[in-house]
Amino acid sequence: VNAFLAGLRAASTTVFTLVVIGTYIGIGALGHDYGFSLPWVMLANTLMWAAPAQVLAITALGSGAAAVEVAVTVGLSAARFLPMVVSLLPLVRVPGSRLRDLLLPAHLTAASTWVEGFRLMPPMPRESRIGFYNGLGVGLICWANVGSVIGFFLAASLPALLTACLLLLTPLSFLASTLRNSRLLSDRLALALGLVVGPLLATAEVGLDLMWTGLIAGSVAYGLHRLREALR
Amino acid sequence: MTPLAEMAPYLALILVGFLPNEVWRMLGLLVSRGIDENSELLVWVRAVATAVLAGVIAKVTLMPPGALAGVPLSVRVAAIVVAFVAFLSVRRSVFASVLAGEVALVAGALLFGP
Repeated sequence: VNAFLAGLRAASTTVFTLVVIGTYIGIGALGHDYGFSLPWVMLANTLMWAAPAQVLAITALGSGAAAVEVAVTVGLSAARFLPMVVSLLPLVRVPGSRLRDLLLPAHLTAASTWVEGFRLMPPMPRESRIGFYNGLGVGLICWANVGSVIGFFLAASLPALLTACLLLLTPLSFLASTLRNSRLLSDRLALALGLVVGPLLATAEVGLDLMWTGLIAGSVAYGLHRLREALR
Repeated sequence: MTPLAEMAPYLALILVGFLPNEVWRMLGLLVSRGIDENSELLVWVRAVATAVLAGVIAKVTLMPPGALAGVPLSVRVAAIVVAFVAFLSVRRSVFASVLAGEVALVAGALLFGP
């Protein structure tokens, strides 16, 4: 319980508190503009907890795209959660952890919780990590809901430049926090290579471009890291 | 409105929003079983996850959604570069980096915007 409270506190005192509120002000305003209700937007925050996928879902559903098409775009954009969850769960698991103890941590995993989890949890005792991580995720989702309530009611009066700023929060926070968490050569190279490979694949209109970006840039980065280790 | 019509957006949220999103987390939960925290495999998985985030950064900057598309490409790229430089020069601070990037975006949009 104490670990959960510590997680809640961490959720209110990181840079991501502001980033999440700002991003979700944008999502609340977007939901309003596309004719969704506030409860719908808040339920989406809680169930999806993935800002890029929510932007896709709101704009696509709101403009009447085919359901299958929306499901496929959302599914493709969410593929990043697979490597995130796979790398995060071994950090919080204890020998006696059951599958259902890990359901909530898996659901709460998004870029913000993943980054903050890897920054804050390694020095903690292993037994308190699941509680801490759940508090962190639940806390950030609460802030997301606060943000979207604000955005929903301000929607009409938000200037375009402010909305542009809110949309830039996602890439800016991903960049700075990945830089901070990159200790290994493989992480730094993966970031640099991903920045190059991502746009190339996207312009070439390769399907599943984000997934291929991850696999190609991530594997090359890992290979170079191994090569350097071997040469030492 | 009939109750069915009221429920339709929620049904859509579950079927085309929640499920295709959540399936990856649940797959991750199953795949992660038996992988040790210190295993070499995780170094590779982390590199893949990091590269995907880099792909998202590049994609939102170069092919932006909504109002961000109204800001010229050169300004968006400059904002990312400014954020990177600010991170390295201001004690590796995430806050300073994000703030510098936003200031650069606003300044650039006001100076060079349509």
